[in-house]
Amino acid sequence: MPEFASILFSEVLKILTLLVPVLVSVAMIVWLDRRVWAFVQKRRGPNVVGPFGLLQSLADALKYIFKEIIIPSSSNKVIFILAPIITMTLALISWAVIPFSEDFVLADINVGILYLFAVSSLGVYGIIMGGWASNSKYPFLGAIRSAAQMVSYEVSIGIIIINVLLCVGSLNLSDIVKAQENIWYIIPLFPMFVIFFISALAETNRPPFDLPEAEAELVAGYQTEYSGMMYAMFWLGEYANILLMCALGSILFLGGWLSPIDIFPFNVIPSPIWLIIKILLLFILFALVKAIVPRYRYDQLMRLGWKVFLPFSLTWVVLTAGYLMYFDLLPGN
Amino acid sequence: MIAHAVVFYIFSFIAIVSAIMVTASRNTVHSVFFLILDFISISCLFIMIGAEFLGMIMLIVYVGAVAVLFLFVVMMLNVAQQKNEWFVASGSSSHIPVGLLVSLVIFSELLIVIGGWKYKTELQDSININLNLNLTNTQSLGNVIYTDYVHLFQLSGMVLLVAMIGAIVLTFRKRTGVKTQSYLRQISRERDEGVELIDVETKKGVKIDV
Repeated sequence: MPEFASILFSEVLKILTLLVPVLVSVAMIVWLDRRVWAFVQKRRGPNVVGPFGLLQSLADALKYIFKEIIIPSSSNKVIFILAPIITMTLALISWAVIPFSEDFVLADINVGILYLFAVSSLGVYGIIMGGWASNSKYPFLGAIRSAAQMVSYEVSIGIIIINVLLCVGSLNLSDIVKAQENIWYIIPLFPMFVIFFISALAETNRPPFDLPEAEAELVAGYQTEYSGMMYAMFWLGEYANILLMCALGSILFLGGWLSPIDIFPFNVIPSPIWLIIKILLLFILFALVKAIVPRYRYDQLMRLGWKVFLPFSLTWVVLTAGYLMYFDLLPGN
Repeated sequence: MIAHAVVFYIFSFIAIVSAIMVTASRNTVHSVFFLILDFISISCLFIMIGAEFLGMIMLIVYVGAVAVLFLFVVMMLNVAQQKNEWFVASGSSSHIPVGLLVSLVIFSELLIVIGGWKYKTELQDSININLNLNLTNTQSLGNVIYTDYVHLFQLSGMVLLVAMIGAIVLTFRKRTGVKTQSYLRQISRERDEGVELIDVETKKGVKIDV
C-alpha cells in the first residue's frame, strides 16, 4: 500500500506542477489580452495594480470570490451549477496530453490529438447547459448560437488536423513535434495554418466570432444569469481553452518545443520555454485580431465555416495526400 | 489487476445506472444528459480494454455531435409535456403498444447476439485477418479498413452521404422575398453602376427607384 500511496502522491504532484502554472498563466493572459487591446486603441489598459498592472487579474479574481452567487429561482439548479464546473474541468484536463519537452508530458498517449479533439468537442456542453438551465431567452439564444458555431468549426479543425496527420503518420503529439525537426509544418501547410487560426478563433468564441455573447444583441449570451465565482469559472475556462488552442496550433504547425534553428544560442534555451514563447506569440495574434477586426454577422460566420473552409481544407487533404503519395514521402514507408 | 477491476466496475455501474435514468427521468433534457454520461462511461470502458481509438471516436462522434443534435431538438420542442400526455391518456394512446413491440424486437435481438457468443471462436477462425500486435490499434484498424474492407467502408460512407443529401432535400424549400448577399456581385460592382450623378431641377426633384 505505501507503494501505491507514493505513486499517487507523485502523480498528484506532477498534475499540480502542470496545473498551477496553467492557472497562473491564464490569469496573466487575461491581463496581456486587455493590455494588447488597449495599446491598439492607444489606451493604457490595466496598469495600476502591481508592476505594469500585472496583478489586475488577481484583484479581479478576489472581487469575484467575494461577490454573491445568485441562482435564478426559475433555473434548473443542478445543471446551472454544473455548467461552469464542466467548462472549467474540460479546459484543464486537456492540458494532460500537451508535451512541453521530449519527456515532460503528463500522459503520452497514442491518440493524443484525438483526445484533445474529443475534449474540445465536449466543451460545447458547458455552454449549452448554462444557456438552457438559466431559463431565460438571452442565454438560450446565446447557447444555441455557440453550439452551432462550435460544431461547425470543429469540422474544419478536424480536417486541418487530418492534413497534419497525413504528414506525420501518428496521432501522438510528441511524434507530431518530432516529425517537424527538419521543417515546421507552417511552411508546407501555410494555408492550413491560416484556416486553423481562424477556426480556433471561432471555436473559442473569440472576436470577431463572439456572437454567442454579442453584448449588443444578447446582453452577455449564455453567461447573462451567472454571477460571482461561477461567472469567473466560465471566464477562466474560456481563457484556458484559448491558451490550449494556441498550444495546439504551435504543436501542429510551429514545431512545439523545437527551437527554430539548431545552433548555439537557440539550442541551449530549454524546450518548454520555446513552446511557451510560441503559445504567447499566437496569443498576441489572437488579442490583436480582437482589437482590429469587427464582429461577423451570423450568416457570414456559417457561410465561412461550411462553404469556404470546409471545401478548401478538403481539397488540401486531397492535394497533400496526392503529393505525399506521388513523391513517395508517406510516413511509415 | 484489482485496481483495473475496481475501475471497470465503477464505469460499468455508472453506465448501467445512467442508461436506466435515461428512460426513468421525468425531464427530457435530463434524459439526454444521462445519455451523454452513458456514452462517456462506455467510451471509458473502450479505453480500458485498450481500444483507445474507438473510445475517442465514440466521444467525438456520439458525444460531440450526435448528442448535441439530440439536445437541440429536445430543448426546442416541449417534449416533456408531450411525454406526459402520452402516458396520462393511455386509453386512447397508440404509443405504448408500439413501444412494447419495439422493445420486444430489441430484446430478441439481444438474445440472438448473446446466443451467438457460443460460436465466437468459430467466427473468429473464419475471419482471416493477420493482426500485428506491435502496431497501435489505430494503425491496425486502418490496415484492415482500408485494405480488406475498403469497398464496404466506402459503401457505408456513401450511405451516410445519401442520408445527408436526403435530409437536405427534404427540408430545403425555396422561399421568396428573402434577401441574400452575393459577395461576387458586391466585389465586382464598378463605379459607373454604383454612383450616378443627377442634376436636380428646382421644384421638380428626382424620382429614384428604390
